[in-house]
Amino acid sequence: MLKFIIKRLLYIVLAMYLIITATFFLMQLAPGSPFASERDLPPAIEEQLNAKYGLDNPWYIQYKDYLVDTMTFDFGESMKYTGRSTNDLITESFPVSLALGLQAMILAIGIGILLGVVSALYHNKFPDYAATIIAILGISVPSFILAGLLQYYLSYKMGLFPVSGWKGFSYTILPAFAIAITHAGFIAKLTRSSMLEQNNSDYVKLARAKGLGKWTVVFKHSLRNALLPVVTYLGPLFAGVITGSFVIEQIFAVPGLGRHFVTSITNRDYTVIMGTTVFYSLILLFAVLIVDILYSVIDPRIKLKGAKK
Amino acid sequence: MKYNKVVLPAMALSLSAFLAACGSDDTTKDTDKNASGDAAKELNLLITSEPPKLHPQLATDSTSGAIIGNAFEGLTTMVNGEPILAAAEDYKVSDDLLTYTFTLRDAEWSNGDKVTAEDFAFAWLWGLNPENASEYPSILYAIKGAEKYNNGQGTAEEVGIKAIDEKTLEVTLEAPTPYFLELTAFRTFFPIHKATAEANPNWFTEADSYVSNGPYNLASWAHSSEMVLEKRDTYWDAENVDIEKVNVAMVESETTQMTMFDNNEVDFLGAPFGTISLDSIDRLKSEDKLNVSDLSGIYWYKFNTEDDVMQNENIRKALSLSIDREGLVKNITKGEQEPALGIVPNSVAGFGDDEGYFQDANYEEAKKYLDAGLKELGLASAADLEIKVSYNTSEAHAAIAQFIQQGWTKNLGIKIKLDNAEWQVYLDKINGGDYQVGRMGWSADYNDAYSFLEMYSSAENGNNQTGWSNAEYTKLLKESTTETDSAKRLEKLLEAEAIIMEDMPVAPIYFQTNLNVVSDKVENMVPDAKGTINLKYVDVK
Repeated sequence: MLKFIIKRLLYIVLAMYLIITATFFLMQLAPGSPFASERDLPPAIEEQLNAKYGLDNPWYIQYKDYLVDTMTFDFGESMKYTGRSTNDLITESFPVSLALGLQAMILAIGIGILLGVVSALYHNKFPDYAATIIAILGISVPSFILAGLLQYYLSYKMGLFPVSGWKGFSYTILPAFAIAITHAGFIAKLTRSSMLEQNNSDYVKLARAKGLGKWTVVFKHSLRNALLPVVTYLGPLFAGVITGSFVIEQIFAVPGLGRHFVTSITNRDYTVIMGTTVFYSLILLFAVLIVDILYSVIDPRIKLKGAKK
Repeated sequence: MKYNKVVLPAMALSLSAFLAACGSDDTTKDTDKNASGDAAKELNLLITSEPPKLHPQLATDSTSGAIIGNAFEGLTTMVNGEPILAAAEDYKVSDDLLTYTFTLRDAEWSNGDKVTAEDFAFAWLWGLNPENASEYPSILYAIKGAEKYNNGQGTAEEVGIKAIDEKTLEVTLEAPTPYFLELTAFRTFFPIHKATAEANPNWFTEADSYVSNGPYNLASWAHSSEMVLEKRDTYWDAENVDIEKVNVAMVESETTQMTMFDNNEVDFLGAPFGTISLDSIDRLKSEDKLNVSDLSGIYWYKFNTEDDVMQNENIRKALSLSIDREGLVKNITKGEQEPALGIVPNSVAGFGDDEGYFQDANYEEAKKYLDAGLKELGLASAADLEIKVSYNTSEAHAAIAQFIQQGWTKNLGIKIKLDNAEWQVYLDKINGGDYQVGRMGWSADYNDAYSFLEMYSSAENGNNQTGWSNAEYTKLLKESTTETDSAKRLEKLLEAEAIIMEDMPVAPIYFQTNLNVVSDKVENMVPDAKGTINLKYVDVK
């Protein structure tokens, strides 16, 4: 196990290096300057700004500085939000996205597994069709459409929730739902198919033959095995939802990290692009590692490569 | 280990409640309240993004400007399009119109310190100091020696700004500037608290360290979420400030903004506090809610006169004359914009008579110009001509470009290719001359013709972008800067406008308007011609 983890950590370091390098060169290649604006900038001022952020150095010097900065997790000052450090932007907005993301994730898992199990248990009967339709709708309706509908009906028409903002629990419900529904659909489909597979296996048939009830079999026997594909999906899902959704944050005016990801690119705010990319990559890589470790916990038959036989 | 407690759905809801409760701790106090009829004089507004630079000398965007303009106060302030004294209680001008001596009134900063002439001098020089990389120092160039200092060719001592004593500020200008008192109402001319700025270079990034001298104080600032402005009781004119608290939410989505207004969560929607989306204009008009007022700004198509085709004046005129501006503003932009038949908006005194310099949608005349142009270019027919129209990605710009493309194709028979790029890339293209026809906009920071004409005074001017220049035009503009007789000055500027419309390096399209909706309880909330709103003069029932 330890050997496996160390090996994987080395992979993470390598992957980070590749991601950082690719990001750097893509930023170099992208046309547009962070300081361009509708009003012309006096050349002397542009020089000052370039010097301030080290953009006047040759690319290899910039690349070296960039690597060093990343090692020390010091990404410097945002080029758009003068006087604010990238680290501040991340530490301020990440907790918001994390809270919203975890909420959405729990909702997605809860709704998804419930739908999937109901589908499988009532295979080819009405509840199965109903649950499948809900899941398909969840997957196929884009989250921004759903967000708009939720906002219009539940906030504006019925006045149940605030339209947008981030000032308390009531503000989190709609965005969490809007993020969760798509993922819930996926989880429902995964759960359904693997539950069906389990239901045809010998041990479930035996359990049923022993006279155990439908739900007892599900909770005691089949669900645990059926959740394996779901767990695979959870790693990237976790990384995806806790770093915020650009569209949802925009619609509900949630001050999360997702917005910085996207707007930093359109603004050519190099320092923030760098900071958010490194941050997101680390979360994603570690999430995948944790999922792999969880595998062996959930299913003892799975041996981690590199673990002792 | 036992995993048989998969009661997830039930847990989901309880846990999410717990998480959300954790997640909401870091925001401002919950001020959930009924938006109607509360006794406290509160105003709920929104802005479209986190203000990137809440510093008078650094801000270049209208979002930051909207907040700064209410937290700070200049020597003068604009009321109904006229500058009136604000932080200054009196001023004198020398006979040659070059030296302004301002006497400051007794006023305090939000931290209790006295506002001094030194604060003004410090702030202006700070904005000019190239090391501070202020992105809009050119507006200070009216002051003697300012441009040289900013370009690193002069020193701070040579700049015509002097704090004579605590309450006297003497400013020497490069040349007579008839709109100088309007300039001093602009944010780059606001003071900053010297001691604060010297002690903490990032004083303007958090509410705690924010020190201002205007009617409102920045009480709290939850980044990317909300800020609260509170009335300052120690402000010199506090008795005339009606609104005690202004909540400013940050909402990017136009649809969300509209829903919030419909839901009475905000009291005002429209520049500079939010935007009105194109698709809600019709509805608001039919409900008789939409307010329209003149804005000193123009939307125009620039022609790259260094391009093989666009260097041809006749082709440029053909294109400009065959735009159906009336149809465009009626069917596409819908904001009651004024079709532009000249460069300087109607909101500028002495400009924008209905005649204009040419006739809108004059296809016949356009055809003549086209034929002449084709002959000069050695082309057999209009079909041999393909022109690229560039714009930056946005629904509105795309709709306008498509409308114009259709007109040009139909009426002139020219092939038109549309080319859009995201904003930062687009600017690179336009500034680098990599375009044929490109859309741009310009809104004035001071409501004077010079603001619109000056950028074309030389091909090198960074805001020109067309490569066009004209010696006579340049001469007239230069003369206008030293002309002390306002009628003669106006004449020169009108003459200059006639020249640029004769050469047509830009096709004016429409003069912009302020569009907004206001809730019934709010009074006097009208943006001026520069699109700014001074909340000091707004009342709440």
